[in-house]
Amino acid sequence: MRIPTLNPSNYKNYQTIGSFFVFLIALSIIFSCLPFCLIDNLGYCQESENYGDTIIVGSIGDARTLIPILASDSASGDICGLIFNGLIKYDRNINIIPDLAESWQIKNNGLTILFKLKKGVFWQDGAPFNARDVEFTYKKLIDPDVKTPYSGDFEKIKSFNVIDDYTIEVTYKEPFSPGLASWGMSIMPRHALEKEDFNKTKISRSPIGTGPYKFKFWKSQEKIVLEVNKDYFEGRANIDRYIYRIIPDQSTLFLELEVEGVDYTGLTPLQHLRQTDSKFFKNTFNKFRLPSFGYAYLGFNLKNPLFQDLRVREALDFAIDKNEIIKGVHLGLARVCTGPFLPESWAYNESVLPRKFDPKHALELLKEAGWQDRDGDGVLDKNNQRFEFTIMTNQGNDQRKAAAEIIQKRLKDIGINVKIKIVEWSAFISEFIDKRKFEAVLLAWSLGRDPDNYDIWYSGKTKEGEFNFLSYSNPEVDSLLIDARRTFDQEKRRAYYNKIHELIFSDTPCVFLYVPDSLPIIHKRFKGLDPAPVGLGYNFIKWFVSLDEQKYKRIRILE
Amino acid sequence: MISYLIKRIFILIPLFFGIILISFLVIHLAPGKPTGIQTDLNPKVSMEVRKRLEKLYGLDKPLIVQFKDWSFRLIRFDFGSSFIDDRPVWDKIKERMPITILINLLSLLLILIIGIPLGVKSALKQGSLFDKTSSSVVFLGFAMPTFWLALLLMGLLGVHLRILPISGIKSIDFEFLNTGSKIVDIARHLALPVFVSAFGGLAGISRYMHQGMLEVINSDYCTAAFARGLPKNQVIYNHALRNALIPIITILGLSIPGLIGGSVIFETIFAIPGMGRLFFEGVMARDYPMIMGLLVLGSIFTLLGNLLADIAYAWVDPRIRYSK
Repeated sequence: MRIPTLNPSNYKNYQTIGSFFVFLIALSIIFSCLPFCLIDNLGYCQESENYGDTIIVGSIGDARTLIPILASDSASGDICGLIFNGLIKYDRNINIIPDLAESWQIKNNGLTILFKLKKGVFWQDGAPFNARDVEFTYKKLIDPDVKTPYSGDFEKIKSFNVIDDYTIEVTYKEPFSPGLASWGMSIMPRHALEKEDFNKTKISRSPIGTGPYKFKFWKSQEKIVLEVNKDYFEGRANIDRYIYRIIPDQSTLFLELEVEGVDYTGLTPLQHLRQTDSKFFKNTFNKFRLPSFGYAYLGFNLKNPLFQDLRVREALDFAIDKNEIIKGVHLGLARVCTGPFLPESWAYNESVLPRKFDPKHALELLKEAGWQDRDGDGVLDKNNQRFEFTIMTNQGNDQRKAAAEIIQKRLKDIGINVKIKIVEWSAFISEFIDKRKFEAVLLAWSLGRDPDNYDIWYSGKTKEGEFNFLSYSNPEVDSLLIDARRTFDQEKRRAYYNKIHELIFSDTPCVFLYVPDSLPIIHKRFKGLDPAPVGLGYNFIKWFVSLDEQKYKRIRILE
Repeated sequence: MISYLIKRIFILIPLFFGIILISFLVIHLAPGKPTGIQTDLNPKVSMEVRKRLEKLYGLDKPLIVQFKDWSFRLIRFDFGSSFIDDRPVWDKIKERMPITILINLLSLLLILIIGIPLGVKSALKQGSLFDKTSSSVVFLGFAMPTFWLALLLMGLLGVHLRILPISGIKSIDFEFLNTGSKIVDIARHLALPVFVSAFGGLAGISRYMHQGMLEVINSDYCTAAFARGLPKNQVIYNHALRNALIPIITILGLSIPGLIGGSVIFETIFAIPGMGRLFFEGVMARDYPMIMGLLVLGSIFTLLGNLLADIAYAWVDPRIRYSK
C-alpha cells in the first residue's frame, strides 16, 4: 500500500497543524482505502487521493445516438458502454461474468435462464434499478416500431417473466446458448423512457444509465463529455472526466497527439512502428499491441462455376502468401488467420494450420483441375476459357486495396488474371453483395465475443441480405452449428466449434487472410492499465492519474 | 424595373421546383440505402429486421409518393427528421450554420481587405516586380491544395512553435474560462482556418480587381481626366475604382450561397463541425431528408444570390437597363 503523495504546500500544513490531527487524517485515509485494497485482485491499490483528471479520447467518427439498443456504430457503442450496464459482461479473459445480474441459472436443458439481479443499484437520477427495467428493455428490443438492429437474438425468446423485483425468468423457444451473451445488451431505464417515442426521444442525446460515467453534454461532431458517477455500484471510477473528441482526419489526430491534445486513440501500423518511434513519444505515451475482433478474407462466390472445384480454391490459398500481405499491408502487425474463429476465442482450433505459400503446388492442383496454359499466353486456360476474375472491395479502406494488389500480383505469377474493382460501401453492399453480383470479394468480418457464427456459415442463410453470401453449404457444418447453439456447456461447445473450424478450413469457401492488431496509444500519466485478451477498456474504472501528474486541474466537477 | 423584378421572382419558383425534383430523383436513384449503414454486414441483423427498418423510414413506398409526402412537408417548412439519429433536419442545420457562416464571413472579409488593394496596386503597376510577385503568390494560394497547406501550418505553428491550437474551435477547458478568455480562445482556434480559406480565395477577387482596374484606367474617360490635369489619386480612387468595383458586386452576390456551404476537406482537417461535413455525412449515410434539406437551402440561397447580384448590378450601374 502506498502512502498518499504529499506536495510541498501540504507539507507546510503538516507542520503548522498539530501532529495528532495529522495522525487522524492519515488514519482516515488508510481506512477509507481498505475496502478498495481488499477487493482489488489486480495487485495495485489506489488511494482516494488519485481521483481526478480528464482523459481525452480522440475518435474519427461521432456517435449517432446514445440509446444503446439503437446504437450500431463503434463510437456510440464506446460511449454507451460507459453510461450503461448489461446483465452480463466479459472479464479480461473473455469469460462471461455478472454485471447487473447477481447470478444466473440455466434450467430445463438450456431452455430457460433464471437471472437474479443485483440489489441496491441506482440509476444516475436516483431511481432504483429493478427487473421492470430489464423487461422494458426486452420489450423495446422486440417492438417492431423500434429501429433496433439487435432484435434477432431476442426474438428467439418464448416468454419473459418477472418473478419479483430482482428475479427474471427467460424461456427460449429452443435451447439457445448465445442467448446468455446477448444479455450483455445495455439495460435502459423504464421510468425515464416509458412515455417517450423511442425513435425520436430527446434522451438519445441525454441518456441516464447505471454505469460508471454520467452524461454531461454533447456538441455534434465536436465532443461528448462524461463525468464520473460517484455512486457507481462497483465503486467510483478514478478519472473524473471522459471527453470524446471528434477529429475526423487521421493526420490532424496525429498532430493532436504530438501536442498532447489527445490522450488515447488508435494508431495505424505505420504510425505505431515509425511515426511514434521518437524520444518524445517514448517518454510521453504508452503504445499497446492487442488482438482485434475481426479477420480479413478473400471470399469466393461459390455459385460461380470458376470456384466450384475444391482444388481450385485450395490452389488459390496456396498461391497467396499471407505473411507477405501482413508484412506489406500491416507492417507485420497482424496474425495469419486459419478459420472463422479468432485466436483469442475458446472456440479456436489450434490444430488447424495455415496452408504454406507454395505456388508450385498451386499449379499442380490447378493442372489436376484442368487449368493449364495451353496456348502459351501466360494465362491458364480450360475449354478455351481463360482463368480471370475480379476481386471487389469497398472504397475508403486502403489496407484492403493494398492487400488486393498483392494478391493480384501473386496470382498473376501463376497465370491467373485478376482485376480489382473498388466500390463505395453502401452501393457495394446493396448492388453487388446482396445481389450476388461478384466473383470474389476482399472483406472482413468483425465478430462478437460469443463464437456463434450460424448466420455466416449456415446453408439456409443465403437469401438476399443474409450473410452467407458466399453461398457456403456443408450439411455437416450445418448440423454442428445448430448443435453448438443448443449447448450451454463450454467444453462441449468447444468440441463442436473445433470441428466446424476444421471443416470450413478444408472446404476453403474463402482464403482466410489475417487478423489485424488493434494499436491503441495512451498518455503515460494514466496508470493501472492491464492489456488483456479482451482489450484495454474492460478495467477503465481502475485507471488513475497520481495527483502530481494530473493535467487538467482547471476542470472541476460541477455539482 | 419593378415589373422586371416581379418577372424574375416568378421565374425563380418553377426553377426552384425543377432543381428540387431533379435532386430528389438523382439522390433516391443512386445505389445504396440509408438502412445499409445501420445494418450492413452485421451478422446479428436479419433480413426481416432490415425490411422493417425500411418500412419505418417510409422507403417501401413508390418514389413518387415519397416525393409527394416530402414536398407537402416542405410547404409547411418541415424538413423532416434525419435518418441517422432522428433529430429534426432543421435542428441539425441550425447547430452547424453559425460556425460555417462565421468562418466564411471572416475569410470573405479578409479576402476583400487584402484582395482589392492588391488587385488595384498590381494593375497600376502593371508588369512591375510587385505585380509579378503578388500574382505569383495569389495563384500559389489558388493552386495549393487546402489540406496540404493546412497540415504544413498546423505542423509549424501548432507542433513546432506551439503558438496556435491545431484543431477544433474551442479548448477542452472552454467552459471554465471567463468571457474575455473565451473570445481569445475562439480567435486563436479560428486564426488558421480563416487564413487558409482566405489564402485560397485571394486569387479570384484580386485578379478580377486587377482586370477591372486595367480596363477602366485605360478607358477614354480616364485618359480624358488625366489629360485635363486632375490629380492622379482623384482619378484612380474617385472615378476609376468605383467603376472597377462593379464586377466585384456580381461576385459578392454569387458568393452568398457559399456562405452557408462549407468545404468537407477543410472542415475535416481542422475538425470543425460545419455544414460541409454535415452534407458529406448525409450523402455517405444516404440520409435523404438531410441531403434534401441542405439542397433546398443551397438552391434558395443560390437563386436569391443571383437575383441580388442582378439587382445590385442594375442599381450601381445606370448604364445597365433591363429590357424585355
